[in-house]
Amino acid sequence: MDTTITLKVDGERHELTVDTRTTLLDALRDGLGVYSPKKGCDHGQCGACTVLLAGRRVLACLALAVAHDGAEVTTAAGLGRGDELHPVARAFLDHDGFQCGYCTPGQICSAVGMLAEAEREWPSHVTEDLEAPVEMDEAEIRERMSGNICRCGAYPGIVGAIGEVLR
Amino acid sequence: MIPFVYSRPGDAAEAVEAVAGDPGATFLAGGTNLVDHMKLGIASPTALVDVREVVDDAVEELPGGGVRIGAGTTNSELAAHPLVRRRYPLLSSALLAGASGQLRNMATTGGNLLQRTRCVYFQDVTTPCNKREPGSGCSALEGHGRDNAVLGASERCVATHPSDMAVAMLALDAEVRVLGPSGERRVPLADFHRLPGAEPERDTVLEHGELITAVDLPAPQEGARSTYRKVRERASYAFALVSVAALVSVRGGQIADTRIAFGGVAHAPWRARRAEEVLRGRPVTETAFRVAAEAEFAEARTGRDNAFKVPLAINTCAAVLRSLTEVNG
Ligand SMILES: Cc1cc2nc3c(=O)[nH]c(=O)nc-3n(C[C@H](O)[C@H](O)[C@H](O)COP(=O)(O)OP(=O)(O)OC[C@H]3O[C@@H](n4cnc5c(N)ncnc54)[C@H](O)[C@@H]3O)c2cc1C
Ligand code: SF4
Ligand code: FES
Ligand code: FES
Repeated sequence: MDTTITLKVDGERHELTVDTRTTLLDALRDGLGVYSPKKGCDHGQCGACTVLLAGRRVLACLALAVAHDGAEVTTAAGLGRGDELHPVARAFLDHDGFQCGYCTPGQICSAVGMLAEAEREWPSHVTEDLEAPVEMDEAEIRERMSGNICRCGAYPGIVGAIGEVLR
Repeated sequence: MIPFVYSRPGDAAEAVEAVAGDPGATFLAGGTNLVDHMKLGIASPTALVDVREVVDDAVEELPGGGVRIGAGTTNSELAAHPLVRRRYPLLSSALLAGASGQLRNMATTGGNLLQRTRCVYFQDVTTPCNKREPGSGCSALEGHGRDNAVLGASERCVATHPSDMAVAMLALDAEVRVLGPSGERRVPLADFHRLPGAEPERDTVLEHGELITAVDLPAPQEGARSTYRKVRERASYAFALVSVAALVSVRGGQIADTRIAFGGVAHAPWRARRAEEVLRGRPVTETAFRVAAEAEFAEARTGRDNAFKVPLAINTCAAVLRSLTEVNG
């Protein structure tokens, strides 16, 4: 069943026709040639497909494109300004926050979304006091990033990179 | 995935009408369970009715001190809501112990209640499963049984309910507000999820086309301490082997009142009425905690792979009660 939808991706508006069965991830990659979000598991288990929807991190593999007609999507590729890297992406480079790089765009989008959540004082599973201001330490970073799996095990670098952005 | 029609109804009544009048139609919320199931071939709706814009996504105070949670409230907004953090911290804890940051941003309150079992055979269409295909048999009885229920199972199905949120809500005496073709009804959460019996294909008492509009929580118990503890195979991003939600109030060294619910042990979130009864009026002692938890599991039935769940649940329950009754703890 084909439908025409509009997506604003990394600042650019696109109109595209998708089958209702198309996920947001497939619409981005196959429909628009936006290859920054990756397909890892396609079942919500790895985080490789993480994008920001109106600033919030979500999994594009479990979102149907039709259900997000008109949405504003930001991928890792759209985070920087021109040739200038986003501070989170810069920190991933400086801290070796990746090896093969496959999970990296998802990690970076997730980190950006997660930092905004912390800014909003959202607690996490490891936050001791649900009513006190959130203190972002290593345990908090690890817990909040647990939805992003890295097959290369670059976790120390990822945690280090995010820690630097927080400083 | 088979083709389907997607629609956005104008209001809740229209959504109900669209699904109630079409046996192939299903509500869509965050999609984190349903879209996965459509990919796996477990669910094959021919029409998806998107309810995200027709159910409330707010948390409101009710007269009398309770709160109403709109069914469209995301798991992350609910966990972070100041009213919930202050009055029902175990609900925040349960939500934050579930899934991942990305999933909680998508998952809704209604969808979370209706998420289906993670039984590996249910999710694998090449194997018999009475829940997925009534009458085909239950592969989990003889197969991989680590996740199987220990309470309230039937020979037709031994699956467990995976929600963390629902376990906390059950301990909080939540009530589910439902809109159907013939109007509104309220269902206590304790009566909402079913045990499998002869119809494991039915997870809840909802009829086709009934829409969850909200969940109401009564006013918090004065002076009660509460917590949610989840035991799982890794520190984060894993379903519960066993979980415990509990509220306890102590007066003069005695347990004045308590409410306890377990996750991971049954086809539904499990309210521990027996343990509660044993504890009420008893002095706060380690023996009381153990006797109560053991009473709850007196009729537990285990198989080859899941016997560990009984001592795990008893120990977790006792540990939770201990932590909630420690002076200055
Ligand atoms: C990798 C992974 C890990 C997870 N880990 C956990 C975990 O640790 N703990 C946990 O509790 N959960 C976990 N989840 C499950 C997650 O919490 C659920 O998928 C989510 O809560 C479902 O909500 P949704 O809004 O996305 O529902 P959807 O997928 O949109 O819908 C689910 C079902 O509910 C129905 N529905 C939705 N809204 C309504 C309504 N208002 N009225 C009537 N019917 C409705 C739909 O028709 C569908 O049948 C995990 C999921 C994944 C993918
Ligand atoms: S336990 Fe239930 S869900 Fe699992 S295979 Fe048996 S019938 Fe299916
Ligand atoms: S591809 Fe979406 S979570 Fe793995
Ligand atoms: S860098 Fe290879 S998967 Fe993470």
